[in-house]
Amino acid sequence: MAGNEKVDVLIIGSGASGAAVAWSLAETKMRILCLEQGDWMKPTDFPSNGRDWEARRYTDFEISPNRRGRDTDYPINDDNSLMKIANFNGVGGGTIIYTAHWPRMHPSDFKVKSLDGVADDWPVDYWALEKFYDENDRMMGVSGLAGDPGVPPRHPPMPPIGLGKTGTRYAQAMNRLGWHWWPSDSSIATTDYEGRARCINLGHCTPGCAQGAKASTDITYWPLAIRAGVELRTRCRVREITIDAHGMAAGVIYYDAGGVEHFQPAEVVILACNGVGTPRLLLNSASAKFPNGLANSSGLVGRNLMLHPWPMVSGYVDEPLDGGRGPINTIWSKQFYETDPSRDFVRGYTLQFSRGTGPANQAMLGAVTGLVPWGRDHHRQYRQLLDHRLNIGVACEDLPEEHNRVTLDPLLKDSNGIPAPKIDYTISENTRRMMEHGIARAKEILTEAGATRLYASRTALNYPGHLLGTARMGTDPERSVVNEWGRSHDVKNLFIVDGSIWVTSGGVNPTSTIQALALYIADQMKQRLATLFD
Amino acid sequence: MVPEDTALDMPGADDPAIFDDIVRSVGRDLPLIRVALAAIAAKSGGAFADMDRDAREALINDWYAKGGAPAVTLGRVIVGAYYRDDRVLRALGHEARAPFPKGYVLEQGDWSLLDVVRSRAPFWRDDRVVPAGER
Repeated sequence: MAGNEKVDVLIIGSGASGAAVAWSLAETKMRILCLEQGDWMKPTDFPSNGRDWEARRYTDFEISPNRRGRDTDYPINDDNSLMKIANFNGVGGGTIIYTAHWPRMHPSDFKVKSLDGVADDWPVDYWALEKFYDENDRMMGVSGLAGDPGVPPRHPPMPPIGLGKTGTRYAQAMNRLGWHWWPSDSSIATTDYEGRARCINLGHCTPGCAQGAKASTDITYWPLAIRAGVELRTRCRVREITIDAHGMAAGVIYYDAGGVEHFQPAEVVILACNGVGTPRLLLNSASAKFPNGLANSSGLVGRNLMLHPWPMVSGYVDEPLDGGRGPINTIWSKQFYETDPSRDFVRGYTLQFSRGTGPANQAMLGAVTGLVPWGRDHHRQYRQLLDHRLNIGVACEDLPEEHNRVTLDPLLKDSNGIPAPKIDYTISENTRRMMEHGIARAKEILTEAGATRLYASRTALNYPGHLLGTARMGTDPERSVVNEWGRSHDVKNLFIVDGSIWVTSGGVNPTSTIQALALYIADQMKQRLATLFD
Repeated sequence: MVPEDTALDMPGADDPAIFDDIVRSVGRDLPLIRVALAAIAAKSGGAFADMDRDAREALINDWYAKGGAPAVTLGRVIVGAYYRDDRVLRALGHEARAPFPKGYVLEQGDWSLLDVVRSRAPFWRDDRVVPAGER
């Protein structure tokens, strides 16, 4: 096995949280190394450069790693889950292929036990994270509009994405209904920002932004972190975290691009591999001292997986809109976000209003929803749908349940022979009631907007890649994996900063909170450097 | 599945250039495409090509609705190539080009619609405020 020089801090994963924590810790001048199993992305890689931009969403820029199948991906057995797993492996991680929706959690999301009597409270609250949310908004570059009565005050540094024809149509309907709406916060540059060019509306930018207007950590945090001295090593797939005689993390064993095994020693190990990758690595790091997996004395590593069920409701209006000619993000509504005792479920959801899609995707959607037939009537029906689509997503909070979990598949392995994760996940009755409530409200809105041919998709097509809860934080070592500042209860030089440490999931896209929490943990580490392992 | 429509200036998916693009696009989907084609052949008793147009369309639409992943995949590969053909896009009133580098113009829309929402009092739950009954 090849050896490496010991580093002070070893970060595993270069996505949303790994990049943020690397940048924040760089000012300590410690020797910091990040290992990333994927590659750097180039702007010319992204689909919007080519005429096949729509088709590539189903091949090399597919959100499911099982279907995408890059050699930098690892397989995931999600057969026993209604929700499929989405991720991306490369510098930037999931920020490469996200929609750049940028809502924050609400204060009530951190106090669900106190306020609503379910699940658990977080050991940190919104107000402890607020300044890190703000810092992260500046670092990533966020567009939006202050003054939203549905969320705590925040001040996005750039103006919002235009409403366009689609957003205007939604807004008119929401005003007639008397329901809240506001332009969505998005991590998309609407002006030139910190060396990044503004958005020029390349269409749906989920599969990467050729312009560099969408914030992904390869173009936001990483250039600054590397300039500050952090080393980022790509094509390094970590197999396990090793432990020394004192029960402390000694370093990691990883494979390089050629499959050569290396040992990388470190004083501190930080996991930033998302809510599936992190428990997978901890479970793969079982040893005589930690027979049930590393940092797993609570038995909670891999448990409480939350995936955000996300029904979609679509419809079509008479007026031609601007689908496929701008970012998918338009407006959000917090009308049904907070718990309402008159409903038959607790907690709530965000409604996200989307622009339509391009010509090929519209044909696919029309076919699978039965609205566009094959044969001679295809063209006539299709033309009534193209550029006429409205679509509302219902971003549901799912509460933690221990039977929803990540384990190791007994048979499936990645290309390095490392056991792959297996997902067991069901949707709770509370969440199902929430989903149906949201679908019904979305249908009301679409009908008010003049849409017909409504179609609700509950789970089959909708898996947002929000991987949360599988190494939860808390003050009680028997009920949590890491403490209130991200350190493992069991291994005092092991930290986790990704979405796996979430206690509950909120009803929002998680990236801004994942990064705010990573910055908070990095700040806590910096404040405690002299006593970090006490 | 996507026939020519001369009145609309739409070529068929069997147009040589489009069909070549479809074939080039199959790639990783080949196994499912094979399953799809075998299912169509089986459903037609091996006589699909000999059926009249109405019967072929009826068979395809009936099969597609129940055909699962192979059907969705076949449809996706066909329309993925078809709806990037220059003639098709122009006939639909779209520009025949990649989104980058020109991009598109997205109008701002009517921001005055937001005035009524701006005037609404904050309604997010502030966890720092003790409810009246608990003071």
